[in-house]
Amino acid sequence: MRTRALVKRIIRQFIRDKRTLAMMFLAPLLILTLVNLVFSGNNYDPEIAVISSTEPFASQLEGADSSFTIYENSKQAFDDLEHEKLDAIIEIDPPTTKITLEGSNPTANKAVMMTVEKTLKSLAPKSPQPNAMETKVDYLHGSADMESFDYMGPFLIGFFIFFFVFLISGVSFLRERTTGTLERLLATPMRRWEMVAGYVLGFGIFTIIQSAIIVSFSIYVLDIMMAGSIWYVILITLMLAVTALSLGTLLSAFAKNELQMIQFIPLVVVPQVFFSGLFNIETMTDWLQPISYIMPLTYGGQAMREVMIQGGGWADIYDEVLVLAGFSLLFMVLNVLALKKHRKL
Amino acid sequence: MSSVIQVLDVSKNYGSQPVLNNISLNVERNEIYGLLGPSGAGKTTLVKMIAGIETPTSGNITVLDTAMPNLYNMTRIGFMAQSDALYAELSGQENLEFFASIYGLKGTKQRERILHTASLVNLTDFLKKPVHQYSGGMKRRLSLAAALLHEPEVLILDEPTVGIDPVLRQSIWNELYKLSVAGTTILVTTHVMDEAEKCGQLGMLRDGRLIASGSPQELKESTTSATIEEAFLSYGGAANEN
Repeated sequence: MRTRALVKRIIRQFIRDKRTLAMMFLAPLLILTLVNLVFSGNNYDPEIAVISSTEPFASQLEGADSSFTIYENSKQAFDDLEHEKLDAIIEIDPPTTKITLEGSNPTANKAVMMTVEKTLKSLAPKSPQPNAMETKVDYLHGSADMESFDYMGPFLIGFFIFFFVFLISGVSFLRERTTGTLERLLATPMRRWEMVAGYVLGFGIFTIIQSAIIVSFSIYVLDIMMAGSIWYVILITLMLAVTALSLGTLLSAFAKNELQMIQFIPLVVVPQVFFSGLFNIETMTDWLQPISYIMPLTYGGQAMREVMIQGGGWADIYDEVLVLAGFSLLFMVLNVLALKKHRKL
Repeated sequence: MSSVIQVLDVSKNYGSQPVLNNISLNVERNEIYGLLGPSGAGKTTLVKMIAGIETPTSGNITVLDTAMPNLYNMTRIGFMAQSDALYAELSGQENLEFFASIYGLKGTKQRERILHTASLVNLTDFLKKPVHQYSGGMKRRLSLAAALLHEPEVLILDEPTVGIDPVLRQSIWNELYKLSVAGTTILVTTHVMDEAEKCGQLGMLRDGRLIASGSPQELKESTTSATIEEAFLSYGGAANEN
């Protein structure tokens, strides 16, 4: 009852505040479009497995470029490819050469193709039959026309939803305190958990709309690659949004004004970009890597990529979704406790 | 029948900073009790503790025979905060609907109470307007209406008449008298001396201590003062000499 009153009030306030509404719904679309237009690839060192029936040629390849590693066992190689330890497998079985690319990351795809081409060319004079070889290219995930944005997109969608929901919900909850209405509410029989639940539900309704708009825009207008089901993507973005919502309202308890709330962005939101998988975590210093486990965006970004690029289903993403639900619940409980600062009961 | 509000030996510190020092006071049923004191005296802290928002560092507060803070009791208390705790984006009507729903008022009963309290504070014609277009006085009145919605037995008002014009102030006081006759116990804070005269009982608060209490008449007589202000100075001065 009291929670419902709060939800209704939040919806009414939100609808009046056209600018915040626009920031939540349109700003992410604008930025995603810009990134789509602007982004171009960069250097990348691929890991390529060589499986060959002609031993000397394989050794030649391995010697020519550090990217190549000989695998005796082709099953082992494909396992590693599936787990993203490898970027590609090159199978040499004269007269055919078959290249299988992991394919999720277009930058890696390009790098693999360039390395292979360059190495084969450099070996050509010494090799007996390279010119007679026909090359066949296969993709484990993705396809040849995948662009960089297809790879970054899933992370960016997750990130922008996280960012805007965090900011808007945090500032709204903060404003409840600075305008004195929080105190006024605490003079009513409203319980602390009812207040937190009201906020999560009230904003939750808008985050559902937001997730649906951003995901649909990315898929249908920006034409981002979409291998899995759109419903899973909306589910993941929604879970990310609820996590951001509960974290934003929680952290607003530790800010005195809007500016201090904004100061949480470089502390809480920006670091998540680096750990979310947008950049390669494997290339980071070892002791830094575990930090990615406590960042909600790590799980959101991973699940988004599993669905959008690798076409994964519920079995692939349920663990990430559960972790996000766990984060949300934790932040909500902490928020109920943080409100104790204002009223013991 | 014991007093409606009983404050016994209450002290409050914020960290090492003492704000209130051994306050004891009783407010009887139907009484209008005024807490008079300059800003910074601790009035707001005291009424917040009585309303159940803050908890005392030591001492006890009982409202309607229940120790505060108590969530159920909060449905029997109406509280009007010093700052206008309103949602500026919403209309007056929507603000009142929100607070009414929180107190569990529904349907016809809710509409009746909203119309009634809005007419009490002369806001009936402005209910559809968004609150950010209200004047300061209108906001004060809307806050008062919000505190009256659930027909509380105890009404706690923190500086209710700041920024309200004299005519309206008079009409609000008339309303408070009516509520008091109808059985509501009212605790009101003020720093305006002449407003204090309107209260049945008065507590004078200065630097976190209750320097005097009694009816305005008693306080003036015992200090042979012509006005409450003189009486306040007399008590305050005496306290300073110690």
